[in-house]
Amino acid sequence: MLKDLFSKKKKYATIPSEQAKQDVPEGIMTKCPKCKKIMYTKELVKNLRVCISCGYHHPMSAPERIACLLDEGTFQEYDRHLLSKNPLDFPQYIEKVEEDREKTKLNEAVVTGEGMINGFPIVIAVMDSRFRMGSMGSVVGEKIARAIERAMEKSVPFIIFTASGGARMQEGVLSLMQMAKTSAALKLFSEQGGLIISVMTHPTTGGVSASFASLGDYNFAEPGALIGFAGRRVIEQTVREELPEDFQTAEFLLKHGQLDAVIPRHELKDVLTNVLDIHQSRGGDEWHTN
Amino acid sequence: MAYELEFEKPLVELRKKISELKEFTKHRDVDFSDEINKLEARLEKLENDIYANLGPWDRVQIARHPNRPTTLDYIERLFTNFFECHGDRCFGDDEAIVGGIAKYYGLPVTVIGHQRGKDTKENIRRNFGMPHPEGYRKALRLMKQAEKFGRPIICFIDTKGAYPGKAAEERGQSEAIARNLFEMAGLTVPVVCIVIGEGGSGGALALGVGNYVHMLENSTYSVISPEGAAAILWKDASLAKKAAETMKITAKDLKQLGIIDEVIPEVRGGAHRNVDEQAKYIDDVLKRSLRELLPLHAEQLIAQRYEKYKKIGDFIDSEQHVSVM
Repeated sequence: MLKDLFSKKKKYATIPSEQAKQDVPEGIMTKCPKCKKIMYTKELVKNLRVCISCGYHHPMSAPERIACLLDEGTFQEYDRHLLSKNPLDFPQYIEKVEEDREKTKLNEAVVTGEGMINGFPIVIAVMDSRFRMGSMGSVVGEKIARAIERAMEKSVPFIIFTASGGARMQEGVLSLMQMAKTSAALKLFSEQGGLIISVMTHPTTGGVSASFASLGDYNFAEPGALIGFAGRRVIEQTVREELPEDFQTAEFLLKHGQLDAVIPRHELKDVLTNVLDIHQSRGGDEWHTN
Repeated sequence: MAYELEFEKPLVELRKKISELKEFTKHRDVDFSDEINKLEARLEKLENDIYANLGPWDRVQIARHPNRPTTLDYIERLFTNFFECHGDRCFGDDEAIVGGIAKYYGLPVTVIGHQRGKDTKENIRRNFGMPHPEGYRKALRLMKQAEKFGRPIICFIDTKGAYPGKAAEERGQSEAIARNLFEMAGLTVPVVCIVIGEGGSGGALALGVGNYVHMLENSTYSVISPEGAAAILWKDASLAKKAAETMKITAKDLKQLGIIDEVIPEVRGGAHRNVDEQAKYIDDVLKRSLRELLPLHAEQLIAQRYEKYKKIGDFIDSEQHVSVM
């Protein structure tokens, strides 16, 4: 029979050899945790780390965020020299911090500095969730408070990008007090008429959401970001009921009055520019002659 | 026009006749142009007669016209760079009130207003422009923000009233309205309020304590809807027309009572007939109001606002034997 000439080839599952595995260097491809699509990391980065197929906003590192938001060459970093101590002698704390320092090339979980957004001068603080889950210890609190003081001296707006699991457990109550310190700095700044813009990114929880993240004159968030005070599991176990699916997402918070707007990453620079522009304008002469 | 009001019926009939005649001449070899011209002249006269003699009830109908321009229609035409801000930072985001920051001829301003829907779906989302407490609290939050940054505030008023519902009561509808009246009285920046549609009671006033309050010619402003008044006074909501006539709710009436500052003229037949043109009429008055208020200091603004409301009220002072108004 003619059919026999084209015998069906049996299908086998192929297990890549060790050699083949090494052909694809780590990190060249990224899998979207939401739609499970696998794409080139390069393409994803070019798209501001927004999934090309489903729009999921992947976390961004602080240096990446600064590079894509600020005008080229305008960023000047503050306080790179501040380093964490181990005030409670918490076992292995310093080792872990050092590990993250090595991994991220940052001194702590927040990068602060000054720069320009489309020509508008600002002081900015950007948290980085790769560093101890963006948790806030003494150094994070101090860096943010100092950045706010610089914004006050310079009379320029203060913008903060939050990404944090909350207070840093290893520094105990000292971490808790950073909430008060940063909030007090914002109060002084606000009393002087300073403009505060908070952009909450995934995740913004615990002590960070309960302090500076929520204190903006404008509170924005990225789509899908997890934002809340207590963790979902803690709440479910306390109230013993199942929570809605969108519980503690940016969209949930918008509906519940906590946010001014949810802004996709691609539109963020334009929105910030517009807000900065409106706040800097005084109107033409026609308004001020009488 | 898809939606004609009752008092416009004679106009509709006449227009229909004219178009029929026109159609007829097109297809037949008869010349009716004389008749058409005559009818058109009659239509013009009739339009003038009808629109120049609108009664209060007719104006209520215009103010409630489904196509009447809303806050967002005017924001789009009067301002640039508008950015909407959501939420009261406490409970929710009430879409029956919209607010945000914008520029008005380059001047940074805060704009707030009641927002009705354009269709059923939007009306459900916006609760037919009837706010809950969180709507008023959002408005107040934005006013306080405007105060912090020294921006004038412009409020557009267009609501049947604050929403009468269980949830609204639970969250303190009265407190929310009261708080706004209290705080608006002390705002250190200029506040200009414009009634663009229905000004329904406390729900309207909660955005309405301003240095200047203006009304569009066919808008209304009253303590209760004509239907509500009829139901309370005469136990019959169908007497709404009579209530509208008795209660002094038109712009002209309120001007006479010394409650509003200016009546902003409307496009003939109502604002919905030409929104762009209507926005220009508002623009003229708004620009003039802001020019007058901007040079005033915080204390002057607060004092002017207090004087304005202190003067309102009519009574006999029996010790002085004179009537004060």
